[in-house]
Amino acid sequence: MNDGPHNRDVVAADRRSLLATDDGRPMSSMPIYEVRSLSLSYPANNPDGLLWAVRELSFDIQSGEFVGIVGPNGSGKTSLLKLLGKVLRPKTGTIRLRGRDLATIPQNEVARTVAMVPQESLQVFPFTVLETVLMGRHPHHGSTWRDGFSWENEEDLDIAMEAMEATDVAHLSDRAVADLSGGERQRCLIARALAQAPQVLLLDEPTAFLDLPHQIDISALLRRLTDRQGLTLLLISHDLNLAGQYADRMLMMKEGALFAAGTTEDVIRPDILKAVYGCEVLVDRHPESGRPRVTLPAWTRRPT
Amino acid sequence: MQTDGMMQRPSIHQNMQNMQNMTQDMAEQEQDSRPHSERANRPAPRIMDRSRRIARSRSTKAFRVLGSLAAGLILLMILCLQLGTEYIGLQRMVDLILRALRQGDWGRESIGTTGMILFHVRLPRILLSVIVGASLASVGVVLQALLRNPLADPYVVGVSSGASLGAALAILFGIGTSFLALTALPLCAFAGGLLSLVLVYRLGATQGRLSIHSLLLAGVILNAIFSALIMFSTLLMDPNRSFGLMAWLMGTLTLQVSPGLTVLLVYILVGLALLLTQLRSLNLMTLGEESARACGVDTERVKKRLFVTAALVTGAVVSVSGMIGFVGMVVPHAVRLLFGADHRLLFPASALVGGMALLLADTAARTLLAPTEIPVGIVTALAGGPLFLYLLLWRKDRLA
Repeated sequence: MNDGPHNRDVVAADRRSLLATDDGRPMSSMPIYEVRSLSLSYPANNPDGLLWAVRELSFDIQSGEFVGIVGPNGSGKTSLLKLLGKVLRPKTGTIRLRGRDLATIPQNEVARTVAMVPQESLQVFPFTVLETVLMGRHPHHGSTWRDGFSWENEEDLDIAMEAMEATDVAHLSDRAVADLSGGERQRCLIARALAQAPQVLLLDEPTAFLDLPHQIDISALLRRLTDRQGLTLLLISHDLNLAGQYADRMLMMKEGALFAAGTTEDVIRPDILKAVYGCEVLVDRHPESGRPRVTLPAWTRRPT
Repeated sequence: MQTDGMMQRPSIHQNMQNMQNMTQDMAEQEQDSRPHSERANRPAPRIMDRSRRIARSRSTKAFRVLGSLAAGLILLMILCLQLGTEYIGLQRMVDLILRALRQGDWGRESIGTTGMILFHVRLPRILLSVIVGASLASVGVVLQALLRNPLADPYVVGVSSGASLGAALAILFGIGTSFLALTALPLCAFAGGLLSLVLVYRLGATQGRLSIHSLLLAGVILNAIFSALIMFSTLLMDPNRSFGLMAWLMGTLTLQVSPGLTVLLVYILVGLALLLTQLRSLNLMTLGEESARACGVDTERVKKRLFVTAALVTGAVVSVSGMIGFVGMVVPHAVRLLFGADHRLLFPASALVGGMALLLADTAARTLLAPTEIPVGIVTALAGGPLFLYLLLWRKDRLA
């Protein structure tokens, strides 16, 4: 397969010409996300009374981009992702999705464009894998009274089954999600997001519980989704190497703000990593891709 | 084709036609204009075959389950019609029906005392117990999904006692027994039920999931507060009325006023019909509010609808039958084990099984110590309470 940036650009350009925005501007000049001075805070027990999860973020995401979001624990990555998926409301600032203010787009319309893979999901009731993946078809159904109890049609099932094959959970289709292992459950959540047939995929640590072969499978699947199908991907990962190897661009967050942004070369640098994480690591190059690669030192040193 | 800046997905039939008509080249161009999962690679015939099979098997399963449950309910109703202080056989029942039909008269002259017992005492009561049981089980399903907790039930959570307080206050302030009063009583109970439902939800369900302990604790405390207020209100009533109120609180299906049944039916049917339109969203609500929103559910709107309709149905039920516990917890639990968690099947199946369960309990209540009647709330508490304890003690791993 001839994957690569060239192929992706062609597909992405082709898609853009087919889509126009509300105000009639052509897609090509229009980023899929425009984020302006976005802030989110929680009430907290400190002098300000507020804990800023996300502070004054501004950036654009182009259509068809694969963006890796990295940063230490508690740097606001997950909050940012939830804001982009309209799961949380921002305190201040705006997010525009294809030129439209996200706050004014109905929830089910957002979910037809943007799908989210959460880190974990509640599993109180014994839904099967197939039932869970089919829930991803929810936004594609209307909201008339009949849609409240109608069953999914064959087309929905086609899409769900395809998503399940892509994430290798098709053989688990009748098992209860609550009984699966962490990795299987994670693949099931990815399948649910794919079943939404989105144009933007937001992933929160999608490979955290996966074994080696499935990590490779899912990473390849994600790369394929952007390269061949023009999907826009935003991926949070603690694994700097995973994000660094696959992403076109990286956002490095620290304490809710954007610390660095750019290509892997721009962001994965010893000085930046030291400033953000406060520890020293080895940065060399991946033998195959030539991109920067982070290795933990043989012993851990902390600055005094 | 465009709607709201989003592309319309061609139907699968169009796709198949396209496949036949187009050359490979054209088909590939066509593919690029479609959202990804179809454009990626057209589903293999193998997948399309399986989808068709599964789609069919899902709807036939629902059909078969609901059909047999409905048949079971009708059979059980016929069986329970025969039982009572006097046994009335099937043959006699058919005779009485035929006689009444022939004479066009359902009064004492044509069908006699036996007929009066059958059609004017037992039948309304059986219908009432089925309606009440179905409503309680349905509300149980909704509360369990909303609170993300398989042990929730209008009684345990304190919604029933909130509704009882509303009704008790209405009676205290002399609402009377006019038709207007019968219409307003369920609304007072509805207000009380809604208040406690919102309180319970506020106590923790917004932060992901209400743990089983805080849920039960919230229920215990709400129940204690509301019971105290109800007791206090009985002190202020004249003794005759307060005795009736106490009997009603224990849960009873003795129908005092028959126009009540019609009023009740309207409230309940409207409430259940509204709940029926939210079943798909209910599935998603069980995953937590954030996941539901990510899958396109307008959670605030859905939550409001569910609160209001659940409280409406509970209010209507409580204002007629008092506090009947555990039906709303045990029935959905059992149905879920048998037929799965999908609310599009769980909800109607629970309603049917709930009708059967309360019908059985009420038949036991009126026949076991005949001619003395046991309040049906006592029967359901004695049958459901131990089951609740069992689930709490031995299946904790699945609940907490």
